[in-house]
Amino acid sequence: MLRTAAAVVAGKTARALARRRGGGSAFPGLVAERIQPRILRRSLSGVHGGIVVVSGTNGKTTTTKMLVAVLRAHGRSVFTNPTGSNFTRGVLSEMLPQLPLSGRLVSDMVVVELDEAHAMRFIDEVPPTHALLLNVARDQLDRFAEIDHTAALLARLGAASTEGVVANADDPFIARAADAVDVPVHWFGLDALIADRLPELTEHDARFDDEPLTREYGPGDARLRPVDERVFDIVFDDVTVGPVTLRQRGLAAMINATAATTTARMLLGEAFDAATAATALAAVQPPFGRGEVIMVDGQPLELVLVKNPAGFGVALSTYGTTPVATMIAINDNDADGRDVSWLYDVSFASLRERGVAVTSGVRAYDMALRLHYDDVHTGRVVPDLDTALDAFTAGHPDEPKRIFCTYTAMMALRRTLAARHGLAQFGEDGPQ
Amino acid sequence: MSTEVLEPAGPSKGIITLVHLYPREMSIYGDRGNTHALASRIRRHGYTAEVVLHDPGDDLRHDAHLFMGGGGQDSGQARVEADLEAVGPTLQAMAADGVPMLVICGMYQLFGNSFHTVTGQVLPGLGVLDVTTRGNDRRMIGPVCLETEYGRVVGYENHSGSTVLGEGQQPFGRVLSGHGNNGEDGLEGARTLNVIGTYLHGPLLPANPMVSDALIAVAAERATGRPFEPEPMSDPLADEARERQVRRLIGHR
Repeated sequence: MLRTAAAVVAGKTARALARRRGGGSAFPGLVAERIQPRILRRSLSGVHGGIVVVSGTNGKTTTTKMLVAVLRAHGRSVFTNPTGSNFTRGVLSEMLPQLPLSGRLVSDMVVVELDEAHAMRFIDEVPPTHALLLNVARDQLDRFAEIDHTAALLARLGAASTEGVVANADDPFIARAADAVDVPVHWFGLDALIADRLPELTEHDARFDDEPLTREYGPGDARLRPVDERVFDIVFDDVTVGPVTLRQRGLAAMINATAATTTARMLLGEAFDAATAATALAAVQPPFGRGEVIMVDGQPLELVLVKNPAGFGVALSTYGTTPVATMIAINDNDADGRDVSWLYDVSFASLRERGVAVTSGVRAYDMALRLHYDDVHTGRVVPDLDTALDAFTAGHPDEPKRIFCTYTAMMALRRTLAARHGLAQFGEDGPQ
Repeated sequence: MSTEVLEPAGPSKGIITLVHLYPREMSIYGDRGNTHALASRIRRHGYTAEVVLHDPGDDLRHDAHLFMGGGGQDSGQARVEADLEAVGPTLQAMAADGVPMLVICGMYQLFGNSFHTVTGQVLPGLGVLDVTTRGNDRRMIGPVCLETEYGRVVGYENHSGSTVLGEGQQPFGRVLSGHGNNGEDGLEGARTLNVIGTYLHGPLLPANPMVSDALIAVAAERATGRPFEPEPMSDPLADEARERQVRRLIGHR
C-alpha cells in the first residue's frame, strides 16, 4: 500500500513538473510505474462498470469521445484519455491527478483509446471487459510492418476481453478477429441500402477478400442509415437512435457514432436510452485536428489530420466537395510515420481543379512532387510551417481554408494558431 | 488484367508497353507510384504508354518492353507464388534478353535464387538476380541514401529479409546512409543487364527520375528499334525533394 501511495505522489509531482515545463505526457506515468510496476492494474481494480479499450487504425479519438459522451449522458462517471495520447503510460499520466493515495481510481467506467501495439501492453497489465475494434488499414508500416500483423494484434485484444466485443461488420480483418472470440459480440456496420459507400471508409485495393460480407444483424447490433449528407439514424432491431446530426462531417464520423452507440448499449444494457444517446452525440465537438474549425480573420480554417492512405482518402472525399483554399503539411517524424511512400496510394485528383496553394513540412517538396504526378498544381512550396501558414492565410484572406496535415505538423500549426487566435489548450476542449 | 493507354501531348514516337506485376498483392509501399512515374515520364518523352496490370492467372505480355514489381506482405507473396512459377521462365528469358525490369522489396527477393525462412524452409526464386535472402528477426527500417551509377538515389527501406549477393553480382548501389541488403556489407540491391532489384521504395522513381530515364531508354529502343529520343526536361521538384533528403541523411559530403 505504501509503495502505491509513494508511486502516486511521485507521479503527481512529476506531472506537475512536466506541466510547468510544458509537455512530457508519458513521463509522470513512467515515474509512478518505476516505483509501483503494478500501478495501472491496481488503479483500475476498483472500476466495476466496465474497462473498454477502443482500437483500430482510424477513428479511435473521435469514437472514444463519442462513447464517453453517451455514457456520461447516462449518468456514469467515466475516466478516459482525452488527449489522443494513445499509449499506456499516457493513460496512467492522465489518471494521476484523479488518483487518491490508495491508488484506486474512483470511477464507474474506463474508456481508453490505444493503438494496436499499446493495447497489447495494456492487456498484459489489465484485462479489459470490452474491446471496440474499429478497422484495419495501412498505417505507419514502418512501425507495424504489415497489415496482417496489425490485424493479429487486434484479434489478441478481442480475445483478451472478458465480457464482450464490439466489432465492425464491414471490415474483413475485424470480422475474422471477432468471429474467433468466446465472449458475446455485437456488430456495427453500414445499412445494406448504402453498402455501395463502403469504399469511402476503407482502402479497398489493399484487401483481397472482396466478397461483400453478409451478416445477419441480431439484437444489440446496429446499422448506420443516413437520412441525408448530415443526418442519420442508428438502427437496432428494436429501437432507433436518431435522427442525429453531428458537428463533424462525413460518413466516417457517422460510422464512428454507430460504433460508439453499439458499445454504449452493450455496456449500459437496460439503462440505455436512445434519446439520451442521440442528444449526447449531437453535442460532441470534433477532437482537435479532426475537422476542427478555427476562425482566422473572420474566415473558417479547418485542420484535418491525415495519417494513412485510407484516412487521407476519406478526408478528401469528406471535405473535398466544398471549394476552399488548400494547404498540405507533411512531416516525417516518428509520430507521423517516417515513410511517406503512402502518399502515392492516395488519389489527389479531386484537388486538380483548384490546385493546392501551399505545401509545407519537412517533406514539402515530396508532397508537391506527389501532386505534380496527379497533375495538381502547387502554388508555393514552403517547408517552414509558420512561414507557410502566414503565406497561406495572407494569400487567401477572403475565403474558407483547409489544411491537411500529419500529426506533428498539426501540433506545430495548432500551437501557432493558438498563440495568434486564442484556441483551447492541447488535449482539452476548452470550457464545457 | 487491365490495360490503359496514355498518349503523349504531341505526336507519338512509339508505344512502350509497361507491365506492373501483381498490383493488388504486391503494392504495399506506394509501389503504384513507380508505375505512375514511369507512365507519366514515358508520355513526357513523347511516347505512348500502354500500362498493363498483370494479376495472377493472366497471360503474361510476352511483347512487353518494361516490367515493374513491388513489395507485399507474406500473405500477398503467397497469393502470387503459383502464377510467378508459371510465368517465371518467360520472365527469365526476357530478362536475359535485356528487357528492363524494376523489382522492389518482395519482388526483388523473389527474383533472387532463394529465400530461407526463419524456420528453415527454402523457397526457390526465379534466379534472375544472383542473390540469396534469409529471414531475419531484425527488421531493417528507415530512410536510405545510395551512391549508384545513376547518381545519388534516395528512398525508404522496410524489410526483415537479409540479402547477400553472389560472387560477381553487381549491386544497385553503395549505401551512404541506411542498412541496404543486409546492414553489413554496405551494398544495396542488385543489377544484372537491365534488371534492377532493390529494397528502396519511397516510391523509388518519382524522386529519382534518372533511374526512370535509364529504364525508359532501354524500353524505348526495344519498342521502336530506334535509339531513345528523349525530350529535354527539368525536374525541379524531384531534384529538390531528393537533394533535401541527401542533405538530411549524409550532410554535404
